[in-house]
Amino acid sequence: MRRQRRESRVHERYLRHSKKFPNIWCAGCGIGIVLGAIIRAVDGLQLDKDDVAMISGIGCTGRMPVYVDFNTMHTTHGRALAFATGLKMVRPEMKVIVVMGDGDALAIGGNHFIHAARRNIGLTAIVVNNLTYGMTGGQYSPTTPIGALATTAPYGHIEQPFPIAELAVAAGAAFVARSTVYHVRELEKYIARAINVEGFAVVEAVSYCHTTLGRLNRWGTAPEMMRRLKENSVTLKQAESMSEEEKRGKIVRGIFVEQEIPEYTRLYDRIIERAQQRTSLQVETA
Amino acid sequence: MTTGRIAKELSPASGVLMQGDEACAEGAIAAGCRFFAGYPITPATEIAEALARRLPQVGGKFIQMEDEIASIAAVIGASVGGAKAMTATSGPGFSLMQENIGYAAMAEIPCVIVDVQRLGPSTGRPTSPSQGDVMQARWGTHGDHPIIVLAPSSVRETFDLTVQAFNFSERYRTPVILLMDEVIGHMRERVILPDPNTIERVERASTTVPPEWYKPFENFPADVPPLVPFGEGYRYHITGLHHDERGYPTARLDEIQPWLERIFRKIESSLSDILLYNKDGIEDAETLVIAYGAAARSARHAVELARERGRKVGFLKLKTLWPFAEEVVEHAAARLHHVVVPEMNLGQLALEVERVVGRHKVRRVNRADGEMIQPAEILAAIEDWELAR
Ligand SMILES: Cc1ncc(C[n+]2csc(CCOP(=O)(O)OP(=O)(O)O)c2C)c(N)n1
Ligand code: SF4
Repeated sequence: MRRQRRESRVHERYLRHSKKFPNIWCAGCGIGIVLGAIIRAVDGLQLDKDDVAMISGIGCTGRMPVYVDFNTMHTTHGRALAFATGLKMVRPEMKVIVVMGDGDALAIGGNHFIHAARRNIGLTAIVVNNLTYGMTGGQYSPTTPIGALATTAPYGHIEQPFPIAELAVAAGAAFVARSTVYHVRELEKYIARAINVEGFAVVEAVSYCHTTLGRLNRWGTAPEMMRRLKENSVTLKQAESMSEEEKRGKIVRGIFVEQEIPEYTRLYDRIIERAQQRTSLQVETA
Repeated sequence: MTTGRIAKELSPASGVLMQGDEACAEGAIAAGCRFFAGYPITPATEIAEALARRLPQVGGKFIQMEDEIASIAAVIGASVGGAKAMTATSGPGFSLMQENIGYAAMAEIPCVIVDVQRLGPSTGRPTSPSQGDVMQARWGTHGDHPIIVLAPSSVRETFDLTVQAFNFSERYRTPVILLMDEVIGHMRERVILPDPNTIERVERASTTVPPEWYKPFENFPADVPPLVPFGEGYRYHITGLHHDERGYPTARLDEIQPWLERIFRKIESSLSDILLYNKDGIEDAETLVIAYGAAARSARHAVELARERGRKVGFLKLKTLWPFAEEVVEHAAARLHHVVVPEMNLGQLALEVERVVGRHKVRRVNRADGEMIQPAEILAAIEDWELAR
């Protein structure tokens, strides 16, 4: 109880009072849980709000920034990472947190996602993976499971889903973790670590959309879907001793990679040094 | 071109042989541009190459993004961070950028987009010139929005209008499109660039109000509210949704309408600053030629040839294509029955001229096969009308 009260006060310090509440999310949606975890992570790191930017694309997840008292930008569908890349390059000292839905990050924004990872630019990418397009009403997304119904897959879905965390590892991200909105302490911890990483960091927060995909597939109410996240997930350690068969359909939680590779804006500083040295050399010899 | 050469050759006296694309890059540096994001495409690649070299020399940053959508997005992000920022592309890439150009118009983020036009549609002919993107530059993104579009017709003018594009974008908090074409982009001319100290550079308006009073989209008293970069203590929200004065999404008509009126007013009330053109011999003219970009070079030649033959021909070269210089054109053509509009497309700006002066007065001269329009073609149109009288 006391902990809860203390935490709600933490949230109050970060929410925008000038912005009219309630928020746009359906009652019981997991997106607010991710927002809470981000706020507590930022608070725990004692970051100055002025130094934090939150950038999003379009979707239910995309509406997250408007509620928090950071430097916030709600961009176009799929492009949040590209907008954030420009901001980070001219403000490398800022902590730039990018929040995206699974469609935003991996369908329309998939190209930006892999290239931001490859470049290892210092952004924190948080993907709320609810397995569908929530905002447009439950169409299939790049993470919708095979066999599920979606409004655009009325006979069942036939495409393989992207494993977001594994994809981020393959694309070269410096830090990659996955948790769920049920495991909120763990999620908060991963987000805090991701923000602290120098390079490109990805946290996949597995969530649910009970009002669209959940309803279509009769997966139950929000609490029931939350329980599925609990029962259906295993840690990386547990997964190690499981067969492929046993792992099928399970959400594997944990830190997939944490590595020190040179961050892009730092490397670019060296380019500037090199260019300026050469310039002065040439002027001398000219 | 090495910097050593730049340092020497940019001295005002000697002049330098320079390509239009290079002049664009140098104009950007001179205007204070410190961020460029782009994706290679003929005939605009040289701008990116020049800036990859030049920007870090002046402490600026260059990045080659994964596509043009990402490029314009990064440019807007950098501008929100406080840098003067630019991207450069050609038709196919310009098409990809349209959604985010609308975002920049909606969120009122200054930025410069260079489109070095090539023959379209689609991949068209990458190395052939065209003026086919005039209407796309105006209406390419969805929804009603104002835009400023400038078109240079020489290498030196490319330098000047690039500086001007940045100045307009910062002064009016708007995307500005520099509409070049393959001829201007790839052509080399000997130019004498201005002394950097004499170049007018407009900086974005800032504010002294306390952060909690700051309204980044305020409608009054000024038409262009100050834009404070992210990271400087003024935490606010930017969105492509219709928004209130603080930037928060709104569905209220009494908030959408005043905003819409303001973003048009900020351009329309400043036409005397924004409309750039040259006119010559208009007063006693019997025929008027209106041209822009590469076609203006042939047009100027045709006008001179016609004058040598004793004809009274006025010449209006438009450097600002959008907003369209309605009153200037109307005034110049008022007494005349003949207006010749040569374009390297099938008639785009001619539509505007026709709207203003009347369709029966306008003689279009068009070429959309990827070849430079010839003075002889324009001369023939001038004389045709003369004879028809
Ligand atoms: C270019 C473009 N295409 C399509 C849309 C419509 N649209 C809005 S949100 C959305 C999908 C959102 O799904 P996701 O990114 O998974 O986020 P969620 O709403 O589930 O959080 C789509 C397709 C758009 N706004 N812009
Ligand atoms: S539609 Fe789904 S994702 Fe969107 S707010 Fe509702 S529950 Fe959440």
